[in-house]
Amino acid sequence: MLLIRCPFCRMERPELEFRHAGAAHRLRPADPAAVSDRDWGEFLHDRDNIRGITAERWHHVHGCGRFFNALRDTVSDVFLATYEPGAPRPDVPGAGQ
Amino acid sequence: MRFSLFNLVRQGLAGNRGWPRQWRDPAPKPAYDVIIIGAGGHGLATAYYLAREFGIRDVAVLEKGWLGGGNTGRNTTVIRSNYLWEESQKLYEHALRLWEGLAAELNYNLMFSQRGVMMLAHSAHDVQIGRRHVHANRLGGIDNEWLSPEEAKAFCPPLNISRDIRYPVLGAALQRRGGVARHDAVAWGYARAADRLGVDIIQNCAVTGIRRDAAGAVTGVETARGFIGARKIGIVAAGHSSVVAAMAGLRLPLESFPLQALVSEPVKPFMPCVVMSNTIHAYVSQSDKGELVIGGGTDQYPSYSQQGGLHVTRHTIEAICELFPATRRLRMLRNWGGIVDCTPDRSPIIGPTPVPGLYLNCGWGTGGFKATPGSGHVFAATMARGEPHPFAAPFSLERFATGRLIDEAAAAAVAH
Ligand SMILES: Cc1cc2nc3c(=O)[nH]c(=O)nc-3n(C[C@H](O)[C@H](O)[C@H](O)COP(=O)(O)OP(=O)(O)OC[C@H]3O[C@@H](n4cnc5c(N)ncnc54)[C@H](O)[C@@H]3O)c2cc1C
Ligand SMILES: [Zn+2]
Repeated sequence: MLLIRCPFCRMERPELEFRHAGAAHRLRPADPAAVSDRDWGEFLHDRDNIRGITAERWHHVHGCGRFFNALRDTVSDVFLATYEPGAPRPDVPGAGQ
Repeated sequence: MRFSLFNLVRQGLAGNRGWPRQWRDPAPKPAYDVIIIGAGGHGLATAYYLAREFGIRDVAVLEKGWLGGGNTGRNTTVIRSNYLWEESQKLYEHALRLWEGLAAELNYNLMFSQRGVMMLAHSAHDVQIGRRHVHANRLGGIDNEWLSPEEAKAFCPPLNISRDIRYPVLGAALQRRGGVARHDAVAWGYARAADRLGVDIIQNCAVTGIRRDAAGAVTGVETARGFIGARKIGIVAAGHSSVVAAMAGLRLPLESFPLQALVSEPVKPFMPCVVMSNTIHAYVSQSDKGELVIGGGTDQYPSYSQQGGLHVTRHTIEAICELFPATRRLRMLRNWGGIVDCTPDRSPIIGPTPVPGLYLNCGWGTGGFKATPGSGHVFAATMARGEPHPFAAPFSLERFATGRLIDEAAAAAVAH
């Protein structure tokens, strides 16, 4: 089981308290009606699905209830950082894009 | 050498020292007509049907590890075709029909056993969905029948049908033609048959890049063993499909999740069929060695680690112990994970891509073992003809732009 640090609660808590909530730093197109079917399909469905360091959202669903972002290595499942939504992706050594 | 009773006796009397290798270990040629990336069951089946049905024998299957070492050798081998939508029914039933003659065709004992797959319902909602599937399957010409709890217990005596458990059994759908097969044997049988038709299976040969010409069409692959040319390339890399497709600049509607399974110590035969519960994520059958083969749901986060959290398997074990009280004191022998490539609609992607010469067969997620022969067959047809096989056509990559998704609620082990 993963141990995840919630940046709001400032505590490491067991994975059972959290729900994974998809990729981070994605912006919904401001005017969906103006987006082509192809681009809309890409926005809805396509994923980087990175093998390596990925930026993702987590939801502290059984804790403070808030969403936050995390950098995790999808090969080792090690968390490199967790940070508040809206903050830029942190510059963690060894965590290239 | 053909496997036969005569050869078995002859080799047995000679101390079993005369069996030849089942496939060659060739060095890669500079170029092939077709390259398949990934020597799992699907990739090997594709190569076999390309050579056997479509006359394309200049084929290489490139595998980064050993053949069958991916999800093919890690899955819980449940085979069935009772899917909800017509498109899926055609594809999975095509596969099931091929399974029924496959051991004889490949001259390989696949231990294919149609012992019946029973899918449990635990709530009024489950019952409605289960019955809807039974009706949809009957309309599609696929066997599936509805059982009362008592009938379910008659078919599978160790099942607990008490009303006083957390998730009581309210009924079950039974596909009698469903069952299991020996996963390794499927990879080995296809590998041996494809090899005999001239296909080169090249192991320890990871693909690290896809080369393209000025027009964007593929010209070959960079590998751990150098460049290998081909004008047609099929990606059949399961959990790593996104990684391989990215080598050609493609971004796919896939997420890769860990999916775990485990086996118990061997015991005498007591579980006569396959039992699945999609609601509480518990899947169980008994192998011919006597081990209970148990599968659960996926972990919740994308990962390539090939291991998941113990709490996920624990949850499954709790469900198994409640449904089958006789298993409560069984010890578990091994637990492992595979990486499954899940699409948003839980249906596979089979067909050409926007990159000329590049084809995809992926997105089988938690349930592609059962489809192995059908997947290989329709994908080989698609690659050989350069246009989708009719059964593959609805499963195009295009559907994620047009919105014609095939939302397959009959897929197991993942949420919908
Ligand atoms: C625990 C578990 C239980 C399951 N239970 C069932 C079940 O009961 N019933 C069912 O129908 N399905 C089940 N599945 C799903 C099923 O196993 C898969 O859908 C199916 O095996 C996928 O087939 P494949 O041949 O494409 O995959 P794989 O066997 O994974 O083959 C893909 C191959 O590609 C290779 N590869 C990857 N990247 C590269 C590269 N860069 N270069 C060269 N080679 C590469 C990999 O090494 C691998 O050997 C289960 C899966 C798991 C993990
Ligand atoms: Zn919190």
